[in-house]
Amino acid sequence: MIRVFKLSKIYRNESAETLALKNVSFEIKKGEFVAIMGPSGSGKSTLMHILGALDKSTSGKYFLDGTDVSKMNADELADIRNQKIGFVFQAFNLLPRYSAVRNVSLPMMYGGIEKEKRHDLAIKYLKMVGLGDRLDYTPSQLSGGQKQRVAIARALAMNPSIILADEPTGNIATKQAAEIMEILQELNDKGNTILIITHEKDIAEYAKRTITIRDGELAGDKKNGTR
Amino acid sequence: MGLDEILTESIGTLALNKVRTGLAMLGVIIGIGSVITLVSLGQASQKSVENQIKSLGANLITVSPAGQNVGGVRGAAGGGTTLTLADAEAIENSSEVSTVTAVSPEYTGRSQVTAGRNNTNTQIYGVVPEYLTVRNVSVANGSFISGQHVSSQAKVAVLGPTVVEDLFGKGANPVGQSIRIEGQNFTIIGVTETKGGTGFQNQDDRIFVPLTTAQKVLYGVSHLSSIAVNAISEDVVDLAKNQIGYLLLDRHKLKSPEEADFSFFSLTDILSTASEVTGTFTTLLSGIAAISLIVGGIGIMNIMLVTVTERTREIGLRKALGAKNRIITAQFLVESIIITFTGGFIGIMLGIGISYFLANSMSLPFTMSISSVLLAFGVSVAIGMVFGRYPAQKAANLEPIEALRYE
Repeated sequence: MIRVFKLSKIYRNESAETLALKNVSFEIKKGEFVAIMGPSGSGKSTLMHILGALDKSTSGKYFLDGTDVSKMNADELADIRNQKIGFVFQAFNLLPRYSAVRNVSLPMMYGGIEKEKRHDLAIKYLKMVGLGDRLDYTPSQLSGGQKQRVAIARALAMNPSIILADEPTGNIATKQAAEIMEILQELNDKGNTILIITHEKDIAEYAKRTITIRDGELAGDKKNGTR
Repeated sequence: MGLDEILTESIGTLALNKVRTGLAMLGVIIGIGSVITLVSLGQASQKSVENQIKSLGANLITVSPAGQNVGGVRGAAGGGTTLTLADAEAIENSSEVSTVTAVSPEYTGRSQVTAGRNNTNTQIYGVVPEYLTVRNVSVANGSFISGQHVSSQAKVAVLGPTVVEDLFGKGANPVGQSIRIEGQNFTIIGVTETKGGTGFQNQDDRIFVPLTTAQKVLYGVSHLSSIAVNAISEDVVDLAKNQIGYLLLDRHKLKSPEEADFSFFSLTDILSTASEVTGTFTTLLSGIAAISLIVGGIGIMNIMLVTVTERTREIGLRKALGAKNRIITAQFLVESIIITFTGGFIGIMLGIGISYFLANSMSLPFTMSISSVLLAFGVSVAIGMVFGRYPAQKAANLEPIEALRYE
């Protein structure tokens, strides 16, 4: 499903070069629930951006569903983001004036799905995350946990190969954070591949496998005990 | 994602910030509105000038005798005695002159005229009935000089309204009364319609008498002061001049046009000069108005750039969710085109309204050409495309991660 091989990323500016990732290699199979852990500045966000086709590696290879993403142009990357990856951001990133349904419809609009079908699918996914009674609410009318549930529904919209969640609980209260993680677990039980990035141990424990990154290098890769 | 969806998205975004959208639009509204108004008023005044000149007869040609060379001394133009009634009859009847509808031989003199205790000094026109059609004059009261009057040298007169006012007072009906010209009694048989001044002379300050009466009875001459000719249409005025010219050269036994003892005058010369002048004014004014359009366009670019900066996160999100660069470009471009298109439409409506109002209040003919409306529409859309392009590309070229991180 996902295979990265000797992935490196160097940030350059006029004065200095920063090595954000050093020869990282691993593999994630379909249906896995993986947490990528590491302190801030460890390079886990950089890894997430590359895996999410938002950024390109300086060297190394990244295969997603058998295709080499590291060689793609901007339009092809846009298609990868649209069809293969579902993003859940720490800051939710919902369009403020749009209703929950329209926010969930957005990736489907860019994916060329017809208006009526989009609407029906958006409702289906919102019901799946327990927001069937909040369809026409705008983000400002929703709590942090509810916003993130809209974002998860949006991530599901294009039925992606993988859901990438970048600190999905970073901006929400603990009780709601647990709910979010339970939703992600449920989705994983239904067969979705999920990758979350976090620096919190108890969040990482929801996953079945933890990859640890430190100073841009792979520092650990272990199976979690079943809870 | 089709154009209809891009349109819906764009209209939604513009509607969120109505004040800003309205202000951006205002620049285009004022620009297009003033261009439309000025072009329309320019065309209206051009038309009005043309109409005024045409009311004098755009297909009118006046043949005047040239000053004569007597022993090497050239006399004043128009002072000659070379044109005769026979020349006028030849122009009317010759098969060589095919472009003429009516010929009016005229003799003008100036005399003191008295009626009772009042007197005035005015122009006396010796004319034939064709004068009415050729000079575009109509009779308000009574009748005009007839062929019978001309052949019998009748002592009848038709008065211009100014003369009536001078001799009989305003609003009086002098038909049937008599006046004295050069010591002779004339019966008034009619009054002409008011024609107004032409800027050259007052066309209402005249007395018309039969041509033969003027020549024989009043002034004792046998020549004409001018022959007025109506060409079939404005377009053949030059051809008619040629035909008449060669006929007269032949009749006067002259070999080349340089020796001609007569000259032509027609209003088409003035008409084209006047059109050129008003046309230049219209272009000049529209040019000034067009500058305001450019300023409006820059205003739109400015606002679109602000919008791009404000919506950096949104753009990043849209790209992360799979929007391609061209979709982002299209969305921003469509937004600025909507602003200019709507602004252009309102501007055109406003321009039509204002120019209709101004034309009415200045009693000019209201004109609005489809071509200038279409052009204004085209220009406003083009402004949206030109000035929206840079902000749209700036938006599309944002890196998705940078945009998502932007606070």
